[in-house]
Amino acid sequence: MLYSRGGDLGSFTLEGRVVDPGEGIDATLIVTVENGMITALEPGGDGRLVLAPAFIDPHVHLRTPGREDEETIASGTAAAAAGGYCAILAMPNTDPIVDSAAALGSLIELAREEAAVPVGFFGAISKGQLGEELTEMGDLANAGAVGFTDDGQPVVSAGLMRRALQYAEITRRPLALHEEEPTLSRDGHMHEGAVSARLGFAGWPAIAESLMVERDLAIAAYESRPIHVMHVSAAESVTALRRAQADGVAATAEVTPHHLCLTDEAVLSLDPNVKMNPPLRSEDHRQALLEGLRDGTLSCIATDHAPHARHEKDAPFEEAPFGVTGLETAFAALHTYLIQPGVLPLATVFERMSAGPARAFGLPVPRIAVGGPANIVVLDLDREWHVTLDVFCSLSVNSWLLGAALRGRVVRTIAAGREVFAL
Amino acid sequence: MPDIRLAEATGAPPRSPRRHLLSISDLTRGDIERILDTARALASSLDRDVKKLPTLRGRTVINLFYESSTRTLSSFELAAKRLSADTMSLRSSGSSVDKGESLKDTALTLAAYDPDVIVIRHPSIGAPQLVARLTGAHVVNAGDGKHQHPTQALLDLFTMREAFDRLDGLHVAIVGDVLHSRVARSLLEALALVGARTTLVGPPTLMPREIEALGCAVSFDIDAIRDADVVYALRMQSERMEAGAAFVPSLREYASRWGITPERVRPGQIVMHPGPMNRGVEIDPRVADSDAARITTQVRSGLVVRMAVLYDLLTTGPAAVPTAIETRPPLEVA
Repeated sequence: MLYSRGGDLGSFTLEGRVVDPGEGIDATLIVTVENGMITALEPGGDGRLVLAPAFIDPHVHLRTPGREDEETIASGTAAAAAGGYCAILAMPNTDPIVDSAAALGSLIELAREEAAVPVGFFGAISKGQLGEELTEMGDLANAGAVGFTDDGQPVVSAGLMRRALQYAEITRRPLALHEEEPTLSRDGHMHEGAVSARLGFAGWPAIAESLMVERDLAIAAYESRPIHVMHVSAAESVTALRRAQADGVAATAEVTPHHLCLTDEAVLSLDPNVKMNPPLRSEDHRQALLEGLRDGTLSCIATDHAPHARHEKDAPFEEAPFGVTGLETAFAALHTYLIQPGVLPLATVFERMSAGPARAFGLPVPRIAVGGPANIVVLDLDREWHVTLDVFCSLSVNSWLLGAALRGRVVRTIAAGREVFAL
Repeated sequence: MPDIRLAEATGAPPRSPRRHLLSISDLTRGDIERILDTARALASSLDRDVKKLPTLRGRTVINLFYESSTRTLSSFELAAKRLSADTMSLRSSGSSVDKGESLKDTALTLAAYDPDVIVIRHPSIGAPQLVARLTGAHVVNAGDGKHQHPTQALLDLFTMREAFDRLDGLHVAIVGDVLHSRVARSLLEALALVGARTTLVGPPTLMPREIEALGCAVSFDIDAIRDADVVYALRMQSERMEAGAAFVPSLREYASRWGITPERVRPGQIVMHPGPMNRGVEIDPRVADSDAARITTQVRSGLVVRMAVLYDLLTTGPAAVPTAIETRPPLEVA
């Protein structure tokens, strides 16, 4: 279900403080890789760098086909490599929409030619993402779809949502859901609250998300089928997910670095690079997301990497498109703003950026263990760097971190046994 | 929340600091009082036979209007002319905007003329901020979407101060569609800055959630205007009643519940309206034409306040651009 251009399998040794929460390792080790496989872990070496299982991003927009000026499979996967990722999952809301086996097939072919890092492709839930008819999910799965989503758009009809959940069972692939009740979020450009009241924006209220999360959890419970909730932003959604999980519903969920680090106060700048969907919310919501991430209710960190052409973001906030990039900076942002200040433990972030997404989508869990393929990120936690235009491998630069000083940087990435990035 | 400094623009080179009037929240009480005092000094010039002052001779003021406007555009044009600035006005219709030119490109085009001030009105929130980032001009927000209309708030304060000789402790009731009103938002913040008290009155569906955080009281009952010194009626836009956006069931019910009628106005109160009025909806024609109304006074205030704003931006403060002609002209207008 993951496709890349391949290349020579690497043979080398890495040394550092190995932190693999899944394996219960936190020790300074020398890791030997031969032909892409980890063949030995021995005590010793220099512990200045940190070695962790490489990251998996379950939510990336590669903009191909249709907007190759904003991102290509080559540039998007290069950005992923620079961010320490060994796999990314691409959204199907391209032009045209990935809603047929033929469309998916040509993307997979392209990934085999140019993807630096393995990519999985979602197929759409509904034809044209119009929320009316189901796609040929069986064919899409046979062609290699990693799962199904109408991301960018909610599945508005509860009836269609239920059918999709029932039918996806034949594929054994998960549904990933963009949760938004459109009659409540209508025209909303930011979180509804004190800041939107002050700025005059139509609000996108938290309940527009949580109502749909609760609806889909109820459908998932009724049908005894798993769902994955994408880019959770609201405290009420976290509460609903926690309760449903306790009741035995197989629901997983993801949260983005920007929702963990920023609040709607950032919108006071009217900088279009803090405009995203779902919107940044208030501090109480941010705290609920952090708590959900700590206790595992939210088991995945996803960037929702959404490249936009510069001239489209250079517009009044209200006219600018939703979305920010994030692949190159995700770990560094989390380290700078949450791990270093002691808000989140390093091991939790590693788990939610790697094993969590792997489990949610049935992918092999990256491990630093003898006998497995090498999927390793090498980090220099002390390295300070500035987010300038030249740090981006992505073709787009609509990052909320432009101009920021960060601490902690990916210095090397090993994906599927191959070195894909070295600083 | 971590202290994250956002980039000034998407990688654009930082410009030298300049003073703008983008939002009332950028001002201090001192700024407001200084501008109102300047406006009062300028007001006496309106009574002279020759109304033109040489103050901004050689300066260029460009008005860039993406929305229709009578009062704001005419008063900015006249304000610039009264101060002897060179001024030109561009409307979106009949310009390259018609051909699909983006705001960015239009702003860069105008910036090539090195204007001292760009006055912009635009239907989208954040447009003046974009122009401020992309050009070297002082930028004045003449209304951006539902966000801000700071010169309207300043002229309203000026009108109130002329009527009551004070602002501190004044009680202002703002009545109507607060949700969609940049006038209400700017005025609310300005009133809080100068120590006045505000009560917002209107239908619950047209009241922004958490607006109380800006330091005002909220009531859905028109009786709440009884205690106010100033009753400020907002324009009720008919498009708010369209299908799918039905914020109130009918204009008839709105007028009967929240319209400013003679019975609802108490002696000693003044009534204000930013215009254009919907007579018979948010304001009864008998009130609009009564002695309590200050609506034409507001228009006259608009001219002197906008003169004061242009004067203030170009001649006060550390980042004012020096010119060969004069740096800080005296405010002798008598």
